[in-house]
Amino acid sequence: MSAAIYDMVLLRLGSEITVKGKNRHRFEQVLADHVRKALRPFERADVQHTYGRLYVMLNDHPYEEVADALRDVFGLVSFSPVKRTEADLDAIRHTALEVFRANKGPKSTFKVTVKRGWKQFPHDSMEMNHLVASHVLRESPELKVDIRNPEVELRVDIQQGAAYVYCDVDKGAGGFPYGANGKGLLLLSGGIDSPVAGWLGMRKGLALEAVHFHSYPFTSEQAKEKVVTLAKRLLHYTNGKFKLHLVPFTDIQTSFVQAGQERLIITLMRRAMLRITELIAERESAHAIVTGDSLGQVASQTLGSMNVIGRVTSLPILRPLVMMDKVDIIRIAESIGTYETSILPYEDCCTLFVPKSPTTNPNLESVEKTEALIPNLDEMIKLAVKNTVTVVLRQEEPEKQAAETAEDRWF
Amino acid sequence: MLYFDHCASTPPREEVIQTLAEVMRIHYANPSSIHQAGADAGQLIERSRGLIAKLFHTKPEEWIFTSGGTESNNLAIRGVAKQFAGRGKHLITTAVEHASVYETFQQLEREGYSVTYLPVDERGIVSVETLKEALTEQTILVSIMHVNNETGAIQPIAEIGQLLKLYPKTRFHVDAVQSIGKLPIDVTGWGIDLLSGSAHKVRGPKGVGIVYIRNGLAIAPLLTGGEQESALRAGTSNTPAIVASAKAFRMAMEAAENHNKQWSQLRNQLIDRLAPISELVLNSGKDERGSAPHIVHFSYPGMKPEVIVHALEKLGFIVSTKSACSSKDDKPSRVIMAMTGDARRAASGIRISFGDEHTASDVDQLADAIERTVAELKPMERRI
Repeated sequence: MSAAIYDMVLLRLGSEITVKGKNRHRFEQVLADHVRKALRPFERADVQHTYGRLYVMLNDHPYEEVADALRDVFGLVSFSPVKRTEADLDAIRHTALEVFRANKGPKSTFKVTVKRGWKQFPHDSMEMNHLVASHVLRESPELKVDIRNPEVELRVDIQQGAAYVYCDVDKGAGGFPYGANGKGLLLLSGGIDSPVAGWLGMRKGLALEAVHFHSYPFTSEQAKEKVVTLAKRLLHYTNGKFKLHLVPFTDIQTSFVQAGQERLIITLMRRAMLRITELIAERESAHAIVTGDSLGQVASQTLGSMNVIGRVTSLPILRPLVMMDKVDIIRIAESIGTYETSILPYEDCCTLFVPKSPTTNPNLESVEKTEALIPNLDEMIKLAVKNTVTVVLRQEEPEKQAAETAEDRWF
Repeated sequence: MLYFDHCASTPPREEVIQTLAEVMRIHYANPSSIHQAGADAGQLIERSRGLIAKLFHTKPEEWIFTSGGTESNNLAIRGVAKQFAGRGKHLITTAVEHASVYETFQQLEREGYSVTYLPVDERGIVSVETLKEALTEQTILVSIMHVNNETGAIQPIAEIGQLLKLYPKTRFHVDAVQSIGKLPIDVTGWGIDLLSGSAHKVRGPKGVGIVYIRNGLAIAPLLTGGEQESALRAGTSNTPAIVASAKAFRMAMEAAENHNKQWSQLRNQLIDRLAPISELVLNSGKDERGSAPHIVHFSYPGMKPEVIVHALEKLGFIVSTKSACSSKDDKPSRVIMAMTGDARRAASGIRISFGDEHTASDVDQLADAIERTVAELKPMERRI
């Protein structure tokens, strides 16, 4: 009953977007597109851009279902279900009470905020605050008005021809619209951390492509499938397309194993990965590398290791998880739906050939010396980039879903 | 020949047979093997699991494939009984469950558990009040079927689930073998912890059962010796039959609403035709809310039901006595006994169950044949 009363949803952009001044309009356009994409399953929902605000017209779709889809849209800070009524005192009071009752939260105190955009409306906003509040109070005598710190704020926005009433505020994902802040490459391993780092990067407006290193036959086909599954999950948060670069790493990795510097293997591997990623970034016009490093978590993520590893590239390395605790990372992994896949027990190339006691404080000079002694390292790196297979994952359009593949007809 | 024994087993769909044959031919590798061929087969099983999960608005990791409804029921019941024995040893079920549930509980009684068998009213339905009275601090499991396999009586699963939400230590298992693809099931909304189903009841292949085990609920396996099905069901997974089953479940559940209307009409038509035959007593409820649309069950007190089955078979109509899993014994039906306490009625039950291929004209022919059979058998009627 309560959910079905609403006509539309008011969307709020982030304050981060608001400060962008001239760019605001562009961001709104981008965000409106992303909302449209997220609401594609809701045929009758219509995204409108009016009064400098973004609205979704529900057209009989249940608000709760639309809200679930909106929660995944980056750049949306919050949103509210709105009921529209006539710009008429009685209608506004009646609707205000209805909307107030539909609010599910605890409410012993409230306040009314009326905005009168249409100045010909006979009562000014101060008067209206009182007229609406007194009507609500008459129906629920146990309530109190609290202007400073109300549990519920009941808002009425009066425009010419219609008034809009709302009080629920649902939290959105926040951040920036996908892609609003440029493109980065994500090192996607298959573990718990890297998909979370990717999600946090996308939430901050990065367009992402993923880079995965595999060492077949030392790593299995399942490990690769697992990464594809993770990438498909991340695809949900993109603009509908997600590139996954699969880099053959076997030759480089085995040459490191043969270099006789067991404790440095991880450092050497991570540096080679960054060099390969930098070359792919150049090709794909990406301007940052995003990793799942979390300070001190493993030997390659100590400050000493980060320093020596990071020096191999001049691209900024973004580490969204660097100051986070594992439990918080796991919580995000669960909420974005990557955790179940991440914990599948297939070895990836980062856990292969791990020495018993990897160095936690590598020496840059000796690392560079070891690299110089490895025959053809530069060539192997270029070859790895050349032999990289790029898979483009796409969100299926409804029409495409209808097209059957050989396997689809079995289901 | 007209086949009216869909509760026992159903004719597989043409598409299901085709899927089974194609997958069997191509994906013969062991789905647990680590090579690509194995991984491909494994992917098909995961896709099947995903489809089942989607049909029930649940998560893929909450579903286990078994060898059939009987194993699904055994796994759910024994799995909970074993896992939570330390917490309590009281179990509740009903007097009208399918043999794979009822006899599992009888076995558990012999193993030291105490079991309450809830009675049913004359429509075959348990009372939520009676269940409430039977619940104790020691109750670890309540197992109640959704649709009865003999009479079609529908148990109030939603209300029972609502009640059991107040008993967080008590797990709720639902045998939905006869209701999947026939009636809507709201697994999460009804608070169901475990649910069993079977593919060959929905025009899928034999040899595939499904069990839902709610996320976070750990139960003990029946079969050990492999990591298949999250280590809950060891044994090489039956790739072709699982894929074909997923298809059968999808097709049945997508069409359920339409078939439901069709069956309701056929059911009412048959009940109306049988009403004037004074020798017959209807055991299925007339109320559509308490009785599944695809089953009509009646008795001919004083007549051995096998005689009717064979007489109808000679006329080209396949019907059955009681549940196929217990139809070979001569005892009166436990289900009809529990409902009526009438041994003559319980010993003379006939079950008609519809499929989606049936039409009003099929049902008319069946009713004619029943009329004729009763008239012919009347002189042989014995007073038992």
